[in-house]
Amino acid sequence: MNTTQPILRRVCVGLIAAALGLSLAGCGTNTDPGSNEGTDTIKIGVNYEQSGAVATYGSDSVDGIMMAVDEVNAAGGINGKQVEIVKYDTKSDTAEATTLATKLMVQDKVVAILGPATSGSFMATIPVANQNKVPVVSGSATADKVTVSDSGVQEYAFRTCFNDSFQGTAMANYASKTLDAKSAIIIKDNSSDYAKGLAENFTATFTAHGGTIVGEEAYVAGDTDFNAILTRARGLEFDVVYLPGYYQEAGLIIKAARELGINQPILGPDGFDSPDLLNLGGADALNNVFFTNHYSSLDEDPKVIEFIAAFQAKYSKEPNAFNALGYDTANFVFDAVSRATEANGEAIKDALASTKNFPAVTGTLSVDENHNPIKAIVVIGLENGIQASSEKISS
Amino acid sequence: MEQVFQQVINGLSLGSIYALIALGYTMVYGIIKLINFAHGDVYMVGAFVGYFSMSTFKLGFVESLLIAMMICTMLGVLIERVAYRPLRNSSRIAVLITAIGVSLLLEYTMMYFVGAGVRSYPPLPGFLNGSFTVGGVVIKNMQLVIIGVSVTLMILLQFIVRKTKVGRAMRAVSQDAEAARLMGINVDNTISLTFALGSALAGAAGVLVGVYYNSINPLMGLMPGLKAFVAAVFGGIGLIPGALIGAYMVGLLETGVVATGYSMFRDGVVFAVLIIILIVKPTGLLGKNIKEKV
Repeated sequence: MNTTQPILRRVCVGLIAAALGLSLAGCGTNTDPGSNEGTDTIKIGVNYEQSGAVATYGSDSVDGIMMAVDEVNAAGGINGKQVEIVKYDTKSDTAEATTLATKLMVQDKVVAILGPATSGSFMATIPVANQNKVPVVSGSATADKVTVSDSGVQEYAFRTCFNDSFQGTAMANYASKTLDAKSAIIIKDNSSDYAKGLAENFTATFTAHGGTIVGEEAYVAGDTDFNAILTRARGLEFDVVYLPGYYQEAGLIIKAARELGINQPILGPDGFDSPDLLNLGGADALNNVFFTNHYSSLDEDPKVIEFIAAFQAKYSKEPNAFNALGYDTANFVFDAVSRATEANGEAIKDALASTKNFPAVTGTLSVDENHNPIKAIVVIGLENGIQASSEKISS
Repeated sequence: MEQVFQQVINGLSLGSIYALIALGYTMVYGIIKLINFAHGDVYMVGAFVGYFSMSTFKLGFVESLLIAMMICTMLGVLIERVAYRPLRNSSRIAVLITAIGVSLLLEYTMMYFVGAGVRSYPPLPGFLNGSFTVGGVVIKNMQLVIIGVSVTLMILLQFIVRKTKVGRAMRAVSQDAEAARLMGINVDNTISLTFALGSALAGAAGVLVGVYYNSINPLMGLMPGLKAFVAAVFGGIGLIPGALIGAYMVGLLETGVVATGYSMFRDGVVFAVLIIILIVKPTGLLGKNIKEKV
């Protein structure tokens, strides 16, 4: 059956990874991953989803990263060394992300890895990072447990985005206070930790403000038929719809919801931030839609305006949050590399952990003891599919 | 009450799509006892042909539907000719594995050419995009089109199988290929024709789904393919009316599970039903218990 194919592939990847591990253990490891001492370049890995289900997150992040790399190299590199990027595509596959992270650390000997963009894939690369002592940094892995496991903080994992509990909480605050909502229905992507975490945090804060969750419906990634869920939702009384999930389904859900006459505000997370949301949902449906995001191109901060101008000059399009986060993540790592005592993974990790008031496009950030950034969040409102309003909420 | 009607409409349009795919499964199984796992991917190819015909060549809905059906017909015949015919006398497991291979080949060839991301169909002309309300029940025009096109194609298929000479040949081959050959029936051509008809229906389903849900990708055939397979088994695999009933049952069942508030268990329930049927009545709803000769 077709379904056995991904399982088979995973088994194969596992076997290969195990074989790699064995061969390393066997040869007495004279390889030293994560050190660029004595070379003229600083090798940094880029391990992003450039094809597959969440391709736009990865590709957009990589566009931002490459812009930062070009800028830093044009300005003479970091401490006189040029940045060399080794770029791989995870195909939006978790097992592939882990394999590629290992390859980057062991074979390509990078000092740090950027990506992947989604929490699940990023988390899968963390054990490899801890083992090889090479930091991994994501610009958009927002799940709570990314940087903190049950046994404490993940030493070699960092991110430049806020986490989901903050995102869910901020949206619940926005719903209760700004939109004055008393009741909400949640339609969540049951196949992603990201969506489930957001739903939990939204529920906790929303009910704490005296609101009620009248229903919680679920779908799985890849679904295209939402009529049954939405018909059920239509029969309930609520003020807002909270839709934690990714653009691929969110676009279709919003379209179908509006067609069925569900005209209440639809709230979502940063997973909405993709041009495909407009293609899938259609401009008519994307009204009265709000989502939490890392950055808005409507921001009037001079740093943001400068970034937008430079990005438009390079790629001839308006940067989205993933472009900005990719750009920030790359610069965040470059900043740490420049401050690190040595060009190796361990020193860079210490430099990353001690980052204070780093001026990022997505807001000034400091790294806290759990390797999470302390920064502000933006709620963006859509009108006919176009970003029409933005409101900054600080943490 | 209007909730119930609304859900029935949803279930019927979903069921119609499953039915179009399930018919191809069941016809191929009926004639050469092969579960053609590449069938869901023929449906995917149909969706992409429709997409390119609408977006690149700016053709209308009906033309795109016919072109997709034509190209899928050719694809189905080609697959049978290249991948299955050389294995006509091999063990059934060999053919089954080949079918899985063809399925992966189609998926990843398509991915190579168009990328793995989702694509959205171009906006439709007014009529197809509209909807109307009857006593609180919102009916999308596209839902009616889906049900209408499906039912028309199924009636046409039933006519071909029951009333024409080639249909009689198909039924004869499915009963006993060897005896049919002795009676002067060209078995190879009849099998090709079966693949052609099944693939044409899958191609039509692909375009309908693309237009209706507005989202296509190279792996879109996987889940509907499996659900249609469940539908075919549900009704009794190899039986055309069984596939129809099975498909509508699966569509309504899925919708029903969601309607009662268990959206998290939707797919689970469908596959649980498959397991129960296989245990209780392996031949399906309409299947007869035939003792296998040893």
